[in-house]
Amino acid sequence: MQKSMSDFSEELIKSTTEDDQGERCELSGTGMHFPWLQKHIETVATGGKKEKDFAQTTSACLSFIQEALLKHQWQQAAEYMHSYLQVLEDSDSCKRQAAPEIIWKLGSEILYYHPKSNVEAFNAFADRMKNIGVMNYLKISLQHALYLLHHGMLEDANRNLSQAETWRYGEKSSSQEVLINLIQAYKGLLQYYAWSKKKMELSQLDKDDYAYNTASQNMLDHSWKTSVNLGALIQIPGVWDPFVKSYVEMLEFYGDQDGAREVLTNYAYDEKFPSNPNAHIYLYNFLKREKAPREKLISVLKILYQIVPSHKLMLEFHRLLRKSEKEEHHKLGLEVLFAVLDFAGCTKNITAWKYLAKYLRQTLMGSHLAWVQEEWSSRKNWWPGFHFSYFWAKSDWKEDKALACEKALVAGVLSGKGCRYFRYISKQDHQVFRKKIKRMKKLVKKYSIINPGL
Amino acid sequence: MTLEVTSNDKQNQSATCPTFHMEILKGISKKEFKERCTQCAAVSWGLTDEGKYYCTSCHNVTERSKEVVNTGAIPNTKIQAINRGLKRKRKLEKGWDWYVCEGFQHILYQQAEALKTLGVGPELKNEVLHNFWKRYLQKSKQAYCKNPVYTSKRKAPVLEDNPSHSDWDSEPELLSDFSCPSFVESGAESQPDVHTQKPFPIIKASQSETASICSGSVDGVEYSLRKEKGIVKMTVPRTLAFCCLALLWQRETITLSDLLRFVEEDHIPYINAFQHFPEEMKLYGRDKGIFAIESWPNYEDIYKKMIEIATFLDLPRFPDITEDCYLHPNMLCLKYLMEVNLPDEMHNLTCQVVKMTGIGEVDFLTFDPIAKMAKTAKYDVQAVAVIVVVLKLLFLLDDNLEWSLSNIAEKYNEKNKEDKPWFDFRKWYQVMKKSLDEKKQKWEETRAKYLWKSEKPLYHSSIDKSVVCKRREMVVNLQKQFSTLVDSTPTIGKKSPSSFQFNWTEEDPDRTCFHGHSLQGVLTKKGQSLTTKNSLYWLSTQKFCRSYCKHVTTYEESNFSLSYQFIINLFSFLLRIKTSFLHEEVSLIEKRLFKTKYSKTKKKSSRSRKVRKY
Repeated sequence: MQKSMSDFSEELIKSTTEDDQGERCELSGTGMHFPWLQKHIETVATGGKKEKDFAQTTSACLSFIQEALLKHQWQQAAEYMHSYLQVLEDSDSCKRQAAPEIIWKLGSEILYYHPKSNVEAFNAFADRMKNIGVMNYLKISLQHALYLLHHGMLEDANRNLSQAETWRYGEKSSSQEVLINLIQAYKGLLQYYAWSKKKMELSQLDKDDYAYNTASQNMLDHSWKTSVNLGALIQIPGVWDPFVKSYVEMLEFYGDQDGAREVLTNYAYDEKFPSNPNAHIYLYNFLKREKAPREKLISVLKILYQIVPSHKLMLEFHRLLRKSEKEEHHKLGLEVLFAVLDFAGCTKNITAWKYLAKYLRQTLMGSHLAWVQEEWSSRKNWWPGFHFSYFWAKSDWKEDKALACEKALVAGVLSGKGCRYFRYISKQDHQVFRKKIKRMKKLVKKYSIINPGL
Repeated sequence: MTLEVTSNDKQNQSATCPTFHMEILKGISKKEFKERCTQCAAVSWGLTDEGKYYCTSCHNVTERSKEVVNTGAIPNTKIQAINRGLKRKRKLEKGWDWYVCEGFQHILYQQAEALKTLGVGPELKNEVLHNFWKRYLQKSKQAYCKNPVYTSKRKAPVLEDNPSHSDWDSEPELLSDFSCPSFVESGAESQPDVHTQKPFPIIKASQSETASICSGSVDGVEYSLRKEKGIVKMTVPRTLAFCCLALLWQRETITLSDLLRFVEEDHIPYINAFQHFPEEMKLYGRDKGIFAIESWPNYEDIYKKMIEIATFLDLPRFPDITEDCYLHPNMLCLKYLMEVNLPDEMHNLTCQVVKMTGIGEVDFLTFDPIAKMAKTAKYDVQAVAVIVVVLKLLFLLDDNLEWSLSNIAEKYNEKNKEDKPWFDFRKWYQVMKKSLDEKKQKWEETRAKYLWKSEKPLYHSSIDKSVVCKRREMVVNLQKQFSTLVDSTPTIGKKSPSSFQFNWTEEDPDRTCFHGHSLQGVLTKKGQSLTTKNSLYWLSTQKFCRSYCKHVTTYEESNFSLSYQFIINLFSFLLRIKTSFLHEEVSLIEKRLFKTKYSKTKKKSSRSRKVRKY
């Protein structure tokens, strides 16, 4: 069956030359195209010949399907799909060749959501679609496997991937090669999952138990296979987070620290790879586990700071910088805190405010007023409205008094006693916070960078 | 009224002999050999060269052979014909030898049958269309003439070798006697009247071997290459032109727009009509280009083809279209007034416009292909255009007057709830707009769901045959899968054909009926007669294009009032024509109505768009 289907694909490709000479158009390999331009070119090529009603109704049908999907009307979508399948028989070979992918995308969507659909229906559809044309076999196989994973059918997914892995069609185009790697990697991921489960079991066994040895031997075998599957993909530039993570976990488990470090370093620093914050996070966490020197950790987080200044690791970064001996690191520590608080998502992060309050005092005590002024000069126009408004003072005090106190201190130091936030909080009378507020007032008086005389 | 075909009587006789090749085969299998096939259990038998039965579904050949019965005086007629057909084994598929024109004949036959079930009289099929077709075959030199195209070229020597054949024997068997159902019904269809058969001419001995490589029909390749000047070649759209001519000859109550709508609604075979050819008429290769159709017919196109064919056939003047005919504008106006829910009282005004413009005259309406400038009225479009003109006379349709008149009518209706209500244009617009939008939406949806591809896939050559068949199989399988996801209650049930697309009732507020509403609000008494309150008018077209570009106006929608756009849209949807086409017809009616104004504006080249009425 499988064989005869692929034969069909071959013939399908051959036959396109038989039909409709002059109506062919090449699909560009770059993946970029202008659909309207294509249409325009087609009408020009045919001398402005009137579009046949067949073409007109099938394209209308396509819009109806898209509309139905958008509105989650699966039943209607299926109804239109029934008619849309005709494009597979379009006499225009260009449209006919583009059809399988469209049908697969829309059809799988319908079958995924339609209440009357089930796994069998999806499987049948996927198997049919895989064998229409050659270009879609791998892509559909992969998506089919993901669908099965979604439904918890790991074994079926694995079988599917294995089948796809061995599929070959003539000379592989480069895009297909990536797909094969991806398929192998997903297979690897599935093996990792099995391995991970075994590891769990193993951790529950007694080391002296007889079963322990066989189980660990089992795991060893697994790891070897998986590393082959995963290793190939992560050499290719791309974002492969789950694959890298599981690969590294396995390498570490078997004590191949160097291998793991190499993979992670490569993943984070190879310039061919797209910029990816997770790559640096993985590397940082690995180095932390390894107890790498502070200097090393700082250098990794420095890059992350440039990509995602609001990342939660930034507070950890600040701590590292604070503890460093270098003065430039101390200055950077202040910068990092300010940068974190630039983000709306961090405005209620009490730790960040606490750090800033404490670090401001420390910095000013260390007579680095210039550093503070440098940071503040670019923020004094908008931070008061953004953080230190009357509204925030009221709501912060209501929700989180400790936060309000930290913020008020920062506000007082940065914008002076006249600041609304500071004024509001300092006027509050509260048993628990009375002492704290008093201390805050004192600190502001002492350290405020705003000259009260001005 | 009958149409005479100028041909000798002998031919007429032979042509009216009803014989059904198909029926014979059926007759054989039914009457004589009903056993199930030992291999596949089907009961579907054909005959091999040796006269043995073979199963048409699994090709299992039996030992049983055909005993020639019922051959009567001429034993070598039909059965030989079958054998001859099966002999062409070199073809891609075995089947009968058939000619392209037989295919068209079959389509015409189906269409005529469909028209009959729509209620058209049987004469249309048996007499009119039949005679038109014969005349066509004769004019295009395919039959009923001394030197038919098929015999004149290659088969002439064969004929000379065979002196026993008289003239009429030499006409190819493609006429209704062979392989195609004839238009004329016989009393006993299942019992072919073998006795009236002429002896089978032995022609086309070596001819189809080469040609049939690329087509299932005998002359498919030749046919598609044939480009003779002065010959109107048969195409699938032209079958509809034939039907429409026959309908016009019979003065039936189906207009061209109705006919085309019925085609679109699948009441008349057109797209994939070849699907219903007898099983043994195989189509492939060049036949695909000839019989496969991927567009619905278009009004303007078929209209042109009607005239073209009538001229080619040299048809005499058609029966008169008089006031009591359905196609007379007065009748059609009445019909369309009802259809679009306008007051019956408007009919009076449409009749006046028809009279003043002279478009109700017999000479104007009756089609005369022999006349110098052969043209026929676009009956339906014209009637609708008259209604548009009357609406403009009454309401001006300048996006202003119609609404102020509506205000007056609304007030009057509120005060006088007992009386006959005045026609309220605004209310009518609201009802119509809603109904039209719904109808259009539904129409678009049904069109989008239309299944174009035939169950019998057509392929170009033996190379792509298997691919095409597999592709079809794949589509069928996928369709099966998705049809299980569709609600089991079939919603796409075929609409029963109707000449009306809307229906209006008093009860449903969404479908309020305005037929009984009065025009009092828009008319005033002047002396003894009524005239319209509105005394202004604007012309849809100021100047007519006089060049040879074939269109007399252009219709740039945005230049016109919204009311006018709506009216034009409504009516052109009803007739399934382009808006510009209707606009042009409105302009032509106005040209007749305001003759003097047009000649004046030409002289003065006045810029004013407004013309005082009468």
